Amino acid sequence: MEQPNLNYIKELAGGDKEFELNFIQILKNELPVEVEQYSNYILNDELELASTVVHKLKHKFNILSMENAYSYAVKYEEELKQGITEMDSEFKLILNQVLEYLTTL
Amino acid sequence: MNCIIVDDEATARAIVEKLCNQFSELDLIDQFDNAIDAIKFLNQHQIDVIFLDIHMPGFSGIDFVQTLKNPPKIVLTTSDTDFAIAAYEYEAIVDYLVKPISADRFEKSIQKIKNTSIHIPVESNLNPRSDATNGDLYINIDRRLIKLKLHEILIIEAQGDYIVIKTTKTNYRVHTTLKKIKEKLPNKTFLQIHRSYIINFTKIIDIEDNSVLIEKSVIPISRSNRPELMRRLNLL
Repeated sequence: MEQPNLNYIKELAGGDKEFELNFIQILKNELPVEVEQYSNYILNDELELASTVVHKLKHKFNILSMENAYSYAVKYEEELKQGITEMDSEFKLILNQVLEYLTTL
Repeated sequence: MNCIIVDDEATARAIVEKLCNQFSELDLIDQFDNAIDAIKFLNQHQIDVIFLDIHMPGFSGIDFVQTLKNPPKIVLTTSDTDFAIAAYEYEAIVDYLVKPISADRFEKSIQKIKNTSIHIPVESNLNPRSDATNGDLYINIDRRLIKLKLHEILIIEAQGDYIVIKTTKTNYRVHTTLKKIKEKLPNKTFLQIHRSYIINFTKIIDIEDNSVLIEKSVIPISRSNRPELMRRLNLL
């Protein structure tokens, strides 16, 4: 499984450490909320709403330079719109990996 | 150039804010996590550029663009490219940025903004005629009398020497005054709630503070017109 990294954030910051720290904090605040929303929507079989959260999460994968996870989310977002949840287990593994990574920052 | 950011994701707003701050020609005035608040802001402020997310819950970026009466230049931001073709159908949209946005790509977008001018066409002129008894209103556009169904009219807005009649199907720009058209409209259905706006009272979705929502448009209520509006409401 690919490892998340801060390459994009560091490039964007251009040495601005304050921005870097603030941005990581925003990510730490926002991502767990979205993960919880996703889980709740899946639990309640609200798949259209789940797809909207996957859409947001795939942006986070991009920010963390996770190209494979992004591609997976693109496909999964479409499947959810069609009522298919088979990719859920693998997707949750990716989410757990990202959440774990955030705790190291 | 004054600009605002409209995006429901805090991370996305932070990225665009950082990029805006790198260009002295951009003055970031405000940012919004939803389209409705942004529309209210735009009703009161002159803005040159909007960085706008397409995917927002309830009210998409494209809905937002359609709602704006005199849109500033708009740069769409999104995580996928599916909307690119649809986006360029709107003259106000000058660029389309795929997230995560790089500084190089953002710089190219700034150049596009500088090099693009928006032309908003004048669609018609002359005077409205009405036959309110039949529920119709005739407007003269390019020497053709066009019949509007009164129940299809949502909002009428004064714009200088013109009015814009927004209906459920399309908008018409007519060379007349709000005062003149008001005389042609039935009082029980239409109400002036601001010096620049007459609304179809039956089309109100909700009322919040000093504005009403009709379809996807947020219309301000002036203090002097508010009592009449409240009087007409069938309040519980």
